[in-house]
Amino acid sequence: MFRSIVMTLALAAGFAAGFATFPAHAETPRDMIAGYTQEAVRNQPGFAASAERGRTFFARKWNVTDKMPSCAACHGERPNAEGSHVITAKPIKPLAPAANPERFSSLAKVEKWFRRNCTEVVGRECSAAEKADFVQFLATAGGA
Amino acid sequence: MKNRLLLLCGLLMASGTVLADGPRLPRELDKTWLEECGSCHIAFPPSMLTADNWRRMMGGLDKHFGANASLDADSAAKISAFLERNASSRGQRNASSTLRITDTSWFVHEHDEVSPATWRDPKVKSAANCAACHTDTDRGLYKERNIVMPVTRR
Repeated sequence: MFRSIVMTLALAAGFAAGFATFPAHAETPRDMIAGYTQEAVRNQPGFAASAERGRTFFARKWNVTDKMPSCAACHGERPNAEGSHVITAKPIKPLAPAANPERFSSLAKVEKWFRRNCTEVVGRECSAAEKADFVQFLATAGGA
Repeated sequence: MKNRLLLLCGLLMASGTVLADGPRLPRELDKTWLEECGSCHIAFPPSMLTADNWRRMMGGLDKHFGANASLDADSAAKISAFLERNASSRGQRNASSTLRITDTSWFVHEHDEVSPATWRDPKVKSAANCAACHTDTDRGLYKERNIVMPVTRR
């Protein structure tokens, strides 16, 4: 019993070490901004996350696909309000943590959606700098 | 557990015609399936397509009807097994060469009385939006009595 607990702990520690730039439990928006910033600084010394750049990114019409030209196409103009999937019409809960505390509470989930939605909407993977700006924007989007 | 209880209550309240009353969710519910397949659209009951259809669907998630729905290998394997275990056992009625549920002969037959205007209604928007009319999809039921057609006046 004790042995299996030790082994589980050892495995968990090894797994966490895989995300070198992130603290072991990056489960808050603030941790994610810190993690992405740390990654971005390697290519852009002095980089600091900007909510304003994040806002521009969120609203920008990339026009890579007809149906999903921008983040806002599905998530709505206001990230603290509900959105609607452009193809299926399924309601999408607000992106801003102030309006929906479930957002940015799991790094694995956040990475999954960045991977999918960036390739879809932006036409490529997003950079760590873009992700830092994006989370910064949403974390400060407030409940207004 | 709560979902299962609801499902059970629903079944107990229903008449004996329940079996002929549309697709239902299987007794076992996979959490990964519910979360992953239920984020962009509702999690469609596995019995709406054949095991072969689901196998092909899960093999092409990076191009999922024009959207990137790619998954990590572990989740994909779990979901595939669940879908195939609970796929339709009614053969061609639930088979779709396009992999669209809306192209199965079962779906087409069940919806043949729905007018083009209803399909175009902004509250419906897509034939994948089952919940626009079927008010009980969150319990995995699609009974006739729970259908409410949306009407948008223009």
